[in-house]
Amino acid sequence: MQFDVVIVGAGHGGAQVAVMLRTQKFEGSIAIIGEESELPYERPPLSKEYFAGEKEFERIQLRPARYWDEREVTMLLGKRVVAVDPAAHTVATDGGETIGYGKLVWATGGHPRVLPIPGGDLPGVQGVRTRADADADAMKAASETAGQIVVVGGGYIGLEAAAVLNKAGKKVVLLEAQNRVLARVAGEELSRFYEKEHRDHGVELHLGVCVDAIEGDTRVTGVRLSDGEVIPADLVIVGIGIIPAVAPLIAAGADCANGVRVDRLCKTSLPDVYAIGDCAAHVNDFAEGAEVRLESVQNANDQANVVAKGIVGDEAPYHAIPWFWSNQYDLKLQTAGLSTGHDQAVLRGDPATRSFSVVYLKAGKVIALDCVNATRDYVQGRMVVSAGLEAGPEQLADIETPLKELLSV
Amino acid sequence: MPRIIFVEFDGTEHPVDASNGLSLMEAARDHDVPGIEAECGGVGSCATCHVYIDQEWVAVSGAADRVERELLEMVEGRCEESRLSCQIDISHEMDGLIVRMPEAQGF
Repeated sequence: MQFDVVIVGAGHGGAQVAVMLRTQKFEGSIAIIGEESELPYERPPLSKEYFAGEKEFERIQLRPARYWDEREVTMLLGKRVVAVDPAAHTVATDGGETIGYGKLVWATGGHPRVLPIPGGDLPGVQGVRTRADADADAMKAASETAGQIVVVGGGYIGLEAAAVLNKAGKKVVLLEAQNRVLARVAGEELSRFYEKEHRDHGVELHLGVCVDAIEGDTRVTGVRLSDGEVIPADLVIVGIGIIPAVAPLIAAGADCANGVRVDRLCKTSLPDVYAIGDCAAHVNDFAEGAEVRLESVQNANDQANVVAKGIVGDEAPYHAIPWFWSNQYDLKLQTAGLSTGHDQAVLRGDPATRSFSVVYLKAGKVIALDCVNATRDYVQGRMVVSAGLEAGPEQLADIETPLKELLSV
Repeated sequence: MPRIIFVEFDGTEHPVDASNGLSLMEAARDHDVPGIEAECGGVGSCATCHVYIDQEWVAVSGAADRVERELLEMVEGRCEESRLSCQIDISHEMDGLIVRMPEAQGF
């Protein structure tokens, strides 16, 4: 088999490369190789609307099945690429097939990090990354009959899963190793707000705790903490991050660090090999030129567009403001920019009203906002971050002054 | 099945036989209507499924809620008729609805 463009990974990024190539009137052959047996679908609902049973699977498919046929995008599903031969321009799959490429787009994302502890692979312990995870019989049955569910990890996935299970009437215990939730991605004000919300809803939250082992013989029965306490559990959901799926690229000699390194056109160090999305380490204009790896739909989509346009000869470097959302209970969080590296956080509004924003600054410049039930701040915040606004904390904290008005000063 | 007519900025029409219960955004996506991106998948977070609904249809389409109005405040090509198509659920009363699209999506 030989294709002009081979896309490895059938997630948001991989699908968008194919969509944008066809939108750009690319006439060459395209194949998408996907590890799962599913056509491309949205992942964010797996810990939200889909997990909660509010949306059918068909509604979270990125395109209806006939789209891929009509656009002549060959779907090679249920196959994993295990090796890349950059000299021969071929990839090898776990089924022993060799597939040739003109251009290769690596869009594999990552696999959920597993708990490196005894019992970490027991039945009833699982991540939330794929439809199979969210569907798993264990998950469905257990979340219907479970007396208690333990969520390990207070990042977005863990918090969203906890919110869904709590709303379904389940007893949920959430364990976080750091001394606050969302420690890796947000400032302390936001962490404390979400901790209070989850506790008020009845989630039992333990911060600064280490999990030593998962207990159980044939199936999880509990989670043992480092102080010896055992928390009973019929189901354990693990949301402690992902490991970029780049082993075949490392083996092929690509420059890799935290993920595979790409330049501003999303090209790896291997000829004709691009990488995008969760697995791509890139220098981001909105991270003060730092090399980052972003796990978001925005990043996957926008990098996919950079690659597709580059392939058709319309090269333009990646420059897109990062944005993200998380829905928990009746709280709509929207973020603009990247808060990593901020040296000041300004609270805008009162968290007690459940509508407020946190504005992040670095050296006096607004670099990011986290907006909770504050959509107006979010949309204006995108403009403020894009413009690199410099503003004082008093101005930013004044909710009577719309953020956009600070731009014209 | 109500027939909805999506109209691109350049005037190209895309008649779609849409299913009740889905959103206008989903009907457009499922019928490959160009010009609607819907990056957030329809949860009202991204404002990339912006459309125009004529005033005469407002009784059927309903009005935007606060979050939707705020998202629309900064989009390109905003006007009185602006809506997010992910926030409008299709009903049989929408047969013949004309949905016009802006020149570009997003902020």
